[in-house]
Amino acid sequence: MEVPILKQGDYLIASIQAALSDEDLLKLRDELADRVGRFRSRGVIVDVTVVDVMDSFASRTLRTTAHMLRLRGAETVIVGIQPEVAFAMVQLGLTLEGVTTMLDLEEGLTFLDQQKKRRAKRAK
Amino acid sequence: MRTIQPSAESTILLLRELVSHLRENRTQLREEWARRITEAQLLTAMTKEEIFAEATSVYDNYVEVLETGSVEALQAYARNLSERIIPRGVETHEVLGIVLLLRDVLARSLFKKYQADFDLLNRVLDAYEPAANRIANTVGVGFVQERERIIRQQQEAIRELSTPVLQVRERLLILPMIGVIDSQRARQLTEQVLRGIRTNRAKVVVMDITGVPAIDSNVANHLVQTVDASRLMGATVIVTGLSPEIAQTLVTIGVDLSKMNTVGDLQGGIEEAERLLGYKVQAEQISG
Amino acid sequence: MKTATEVQVSIRSDTDIVIARQQARSFAAQLGFSGTDLTIIATAVSEMARNIVIYAGNGEITIEAAQDGAQKGICVIARDRGPGISDVARAMEDGYSTVGSLGLGLPGTKRLVDEFHVVSKVGEGTTVTIKKWRR
Repeated sequence: MEVPILKQGDYLIASIQAALSDEDLLKLRDELADRVGRFRSRGVIVDVTVVDVMDSFASRTLRTTAHMLRLRGAETVIVGIQPEVAFAMVQLGLTLEGVTTMLDLEEGLTFLDQQKKRRAKRAK
Repeated sequence: MRTIQPSAESTILLLRELVSHLRENRTQLREEWARRITEAQLLTAMTKEEIFAEATSVYDNYVEVLETGSVEALQAYARNLSERIIPRGVETHEVLGIVLLLRDVLARSLFKKYQADFDLLNRVLDAYEPAANRIANTVGVGFVQERERIIRQQQEAIRELSTPVLQVRERLLILPMIGVIDSQRARQLTEQVLRGIRTNRAKVVVMDITGVPAIDSNVANHLVQTVDASRLMGATVIVTGLSPEIAQTLVTIGVDLSKMNTVGDLQGGIEEAERLLGYKVQAEQISG
Repeated sequence: MKTATEVQVSIRSDTDIVIARQQARSFAAQLGFSGTDLTIIATAVSEMARNIVIYAGNGEITIEAAQDGAQKGICVIARDRGPGISDVARAMEDGYSTVGSLGLGLPGTKRLVDEFHVVSKVGEGTTVTIKKWRR
């Protein structure tokens, strides 16, 4: 199951459409790392709204993806974690430390815009 | 289908005779029973007419059980009856009382009918008693089960009611937690908060525990989990109203509070929440 | 509605993990579990299946109904003929891992469920059994 990655201005948006295997997740990580460099993206949103299970592997892969992309210059936001999924994740001890999480796509975009403005302000 | 006791043929014949006896004397026995219910001051919450109507149904169901040996219809009736009379305050002892009275009324009519033949009376009672006891049992158990079901339902309702999730401003939820919190309720609260975040698109949640007398390590862990899970959904939790005692307990049992955003009282918590939300409003205004 | 008495999924690769957890979710739904518990059960099964893939290469997951007195629930058994765990107690400590996974697998799974049981023999394999009761 391939994850479509949309380019929108400075940002990349990856919306997961169905249950992903470990391999799919790793592919997504590599694909994003590649495109962030190619498009010189400043922000990435990974939308997991339809994900109904976030186990230790998925969670760890998303976390390393976010850290990798940050090193490549793109702030990364995970959006759309469902209430039940969030509940199961914390029971399992998975808290995505160091990763920005937002309610939904809209919130994620707002957050990235704010980050951009803050950066611009600092540059002045 | 379960049938009545094994002593087979003779028992079945005796029960059949019994059933026709009860059918023939329906009017009289039913009245006798209703009279004794009133005398014993049972079902005082019901009118005479109501008692008579229910007595008729119970009587007919009773005869049917004796005839078919199956208590299924009676079970359904007992459930239905319980549903109707529990809200009116009818007590367990009253329900058991009336069924036992009916058993006695019918037994006496059997004594009378077979008084000339002691041996036959004995055999009739041998067939009648186990069936009658099973009927009393079925009705009693049905009533108690229905009561338990209602109690469970009410407990559930109280739990839901006891912690409202209030939206005080756009994107700000407040949970005034009151009373003793056990693991189950703590878990429910966590789920409530998380669902609340999604439905209200909340950014900040203030959990006020001023009204919570004590917290154990289990509940404390749930609090920490709520904070973590809310963050995964993009919301910040502020905990307010930690009493000195609770604060001390939490420190003593070693709960990691470093990630917990705590503010002294509810008012301070709301101010902090507004600061968190207000910062965002300003940022959007700049972009105009 | 009558449900199948048990479901078996053989686990050979990471795509089977996805199948196992989807089967577990729909089986649990048929048993009357609701929202959060479905997710928790699916997550636990995902961890159990992953454990098989990582440590043993292949094995199987069996999902069935469970009952204990008035309690009703679901029972999931993960069996493999892999190398086995030499020190089960240590494997259950948070953070312990032999092949560089996060090490949350088994201890994390234990936190998700009501009953958790591991039997393992070096050289013969590992069986992990979990139960979750309906609330």
